Amino acid sequence: MTNEIPTGPQTAAPSGSDPALMREMFRTMHLIREFEERAAEEYMRGNIGGFLHLAIGEEAAVVGSVLALRPTDPITSTYREHGQALARGSDPRAVMAELFGRQTGLCGGHGGSMHLMDREHAFYGGYGIVGGSIPLAVGLGFSITYRHADGVALAMFGDGATNQGVLTESMNMAKLWHLPVVFFCLNNQYGMGTAVDRASADTDLFTRAAAFDIPSRRIDGMDVLAVHQAVSDAAHHARTEHDPVMIEAIAYRYRGHSMSDPDKTRPEDEKARWRARDPLVTFERVLLGEGLVTGDELEEIRSSNAATVADAAAFAADSPMVPESALADHVYAHPWTDDPRGSALMPKGSK
Amino acid sequence: MTTEVATVTYREALTQAMREELERDPDVFLMGEDIGLFEGSFKVTRGLLAEFGPDRVIDTPISEAGFVGLGIGAAMTGLRPVIELMTVNFSIVAMDQIINNASKVRYMFGGQVSVPMVIRMPGGAGHQLGAQHSHSLEAWFTHVPGLKVVCPSTPYDAKGLLKTAIRDDDPVIFLESEGLYAKKGPIGGADDLVPFGQAAVRRSGSHCTIIAVSRMVWISLAAADLLAADGVECDVIDPRTTRPLDLETIAASVRRTNHCVVVDEGWPECGLASNIATHVYESCFDWLDAPVGRVNAADVPIPYARNLEQASLPSATDVADAVRATLARGT
Repeated sequence: MTNEIPTGPQTAAPSGSDPALMREMFRTMHLIREFEERAAEEYMRGNIGGFLHLAIGEEAAVVGSVLALRPTDPITSTYREHGQALARGSDPRAVMAELFGRQTGLCGGHGGSMHLMDREHAFYGGYGIVGGSIPLAVGLGFSITYRHADGVALAMFGDGATNQGVLTESMNMAKLWHLPVVFFCLNNQYGMGTAVDRASADTDLFTRAAAFDIPSRRIDGMDVLAVHQAVSDAAHHARTEHDPVMIEAIAYRYRGHSMSDPDKTRPEDEKARWRARDPLVTFERVLLGEGLVTGDELEEIRSSNAATVADAAAFAADSPMVPESALADHVYAHPWTDDPRGSALMPKGSK
Repeated sequence: MTTEVATVTYREALTQAMREELERDPDVFLMGEDIGLFEGSFKVTRGLLAEFGPDRVIDTPISEAGFVGLGIGAAMTGLRPVIELMTVNFSIVAMDQIINNASKVRYMFGGQVSVPMVIRMPGGAGHQLGAQHSHSLEAWFTHVPGLKVVCPSTPYDAKGLLKTAIRDDDPVIFLESEGLYAKKGPIGGADDLVPFGQAAVRRSGSHCTIIAVSRMVWISLAAADLLAADGVECDVIDPRTTRPLDLETIAASVRRTNHCVVVDEGWPECGLASNIATHVYESCFDWLDAPVGRVNAADVPIPYARNLEQASLPSATDVADAVRATLARGT
């Protein structure tokens, strides 16, 4: 039997909750929405190449989880990770410039949309192979334990990754060695075009953790407060008990898998149903209803974000292209040749 | 200054390298299947669990992709994992982690992180282990920018190169040869590091250059003995690392001998020998008196039956024949 997918009313803000945190959650969710809408436009204009995977609709899951961690807790993510970088505090200018493939980008134009990374903010990157980054997060958790540090690593992955063997390996090691890892499955209900029930024999993905005696739960990923609470609890458990936790957050992406997906196969009534639970709209209602923000404050956040995104796009467009001399930069920490082409095997200094 | 100390096995040379680096740097840890309590499938980690404890010598589940990935994540924070894959054959299970993550993260993240990790693994055939346990995958790894690839042939190099690998800030694929673990020879002291990208000239001769990797160095030295009996003298060059490759030493030799044969235990197609031969053509074309010869494993999965397996692998006779054929073409 499958559990009901949680679709209840938006969680009320707990009494005594911090209005500044509430506003920050809304600000970040809105920034991501605004940023990605703009990224889609820039993609259509040809300013962004390759794949562009948008998380529009998933902002509550992204922001609720990232903001529940300490800024020093390391995170890994998938190729749908603009929001994670922004939530972590990466400069929107540098993120947009990376999408544009410019020198000023977060990764100097070497990464692109799928490979954002910001070490300064303990964002350990977006990865393009489904499931492939999960053991890296376990390694980040291992490092915390090895150094007797106080931290939690969060592995963010999608529903599709739960059918990759490496998740099983990762969960087993995390539990076996008591590593502080939160396995955060952002279940947007589709692995590209394949619905979870067409790919998974058991669609209760959170129950995968039971095989390793890892506590797990399913939450409403459209409800930022529910996500924030669940990840706060999970991170606290991982940090204090030195043990992993799994969370499955049910969400929905409002766009196709990537910009090249016309989104023809998902049922229209399903899309409409989930659009009716837009995480920004529902959260705004809670904030206003409970008097945590005023309409004017929300408007101020919106216009500030719009200006930030416009500035980021202008910055990216005005940024220099990556010089070709950077082609072979960063292949090695200790390169032995300056020549990226013909003589790449020649030891440095030997002519 | 090089201080040669005791004569030990290739296996013990590797153990010493790890012991010394574990002592030197608390960020170094070992991880792999049965490396602790069992002391390694090939006993390369003998004594290290007892000496350094289970926090630094870690037995893993049989999850190659998982613990190689874990090592990459740990290395991204500055730890120095030395991962043992029980054999090179099992690296294939971890190839996504090695190729898509270890070799890429530094580049695609604009240099924000390094992966100071070593993945040690024995490879090669010759023990009747059949098709799935006899791979020589030097060429696969050498293909990939972002990796460094090391193939020691002597105890001295096994120790000195492994110490260099552990101190290197890039991911190093360290390919040991199963057939060499019992090989004895002198080794260096705690500070004798062997640099990457510096070939060793194992024997000198003026008629033909033999370039050989890992265990094939010894096959080629035996071939050189056979040839010397006929008055043919060979340079035998051991690149020691295939990425970076010391083309300078190779080219200097070929320009002197005007003949070249390349020997590796992998398959012939898109192989290490083909690749080195191409470099020789590109850098020495005007000096060559004959096409570059190649000696490889037969282009078949490695068979079980002893006689078939031996027939599939390069032998000293094969190498000597290849040298003679090359010299015959050149006259």
